[in-house]
Amino acid sequence: MRPIFAAVLLMMTSQQALAYRVPPVADKVTQTECGACHMVYPAALLPARSWDALTSGLANHFGEDAALEQTVVDGIKAYLMSNAGDVAGDGRGLIRGVPQDQTPLRISELPMFTRIHGNFSPKTMKKIGVAGNCSFCHKAAAKGMFDDD
Amino acid sequence: MSLKVWIVTGAFIGGLAMPVLAAAGQDAVLALYKTQAIADDSAFAGFSADRGKAFYASSSTGGSPDTPSCSSCHTASPLKAGMTRAGKAIEPMAVSVSPARFTDAAKTEKWFGRNCKTVLGRACSVQEKGDFITYLNGL
Repeated sequence: MRPIFAAVLLMMTSQQALAYRVPPVADKVTQTECGACHMVYPAALLPARSWDALTSGLANHFGEDAALEQTVVDGIKAYLMSNAGDVAGDGRGLIRGVPQDQTPLRISELPMFTRIHGNFSPKTMKKIGVAGNCSFCHKAAAKGMFDDD
Repeated sequence: MSLKVWIVTGAFIGGLAMPVLAAAGQDAVLALYKTQAIADDSAFAGFSADRGKAFYASSSTGGSPDTPSCSSCHTASPLKAGMTRAGKAIEPMAVSVSPARFTDAAKTEKWFGRNCKTVLGRACSVQEKGDFITYLNGL
């Protein structure tokens, strides 16, 4: 193989390795209700038990009352749980390495999340605002595309 | 009159009519709260923009420590865009900037329900809700 082709091939493979793609949320109600306050985090980013816990405790959602009518909650819960990373996905990606007996509530506290992102300086973190502001760096995060851009 | 004049005149009247239509939406929601307020208290003396302004700016220790006031997320000026704690932009609360505010009774109740509990640790009274909307409707 000529060196130029090898270099291009290497670039392509390394770019693929840095791109993390998951299906974006397809359910309209989930998009609207979750998206009223924050980025609509794709269901694959947490295991089903996490979505179960989160949607069961919306009256205190990280310190905020995010309560909804029960029928609406039921629909959102069903969608997120059936599309969770360990149900619809292969259990890899961001939820890899989550102990079975643990129910993480924050995507930013997943072992893979902290491993990939490391520690940002307080200055950088101030610019980003909150850990859930994925699109600050991952421009197409809402579409489930977490490229290293 | 030429067609051009008709179009210009029509656009002018349309432009004048729009704020009137928007106000009608807030009036409907306010009328609902007024009915409730009278039912709760026969001595109800109306809603007050000044009380609403004070309420918006006030701080509370009854709710979440992260959000002691309306202004925690909506900023000190309702004319400006706010931001949720999760980093999402919130359209300004002032009706003059966001004409759709308080035109949907169910949506209005939903957000009073959530945010009063988050900020105050309790439900808002009908008086507080009506004062709040009256203030933001007049800005």
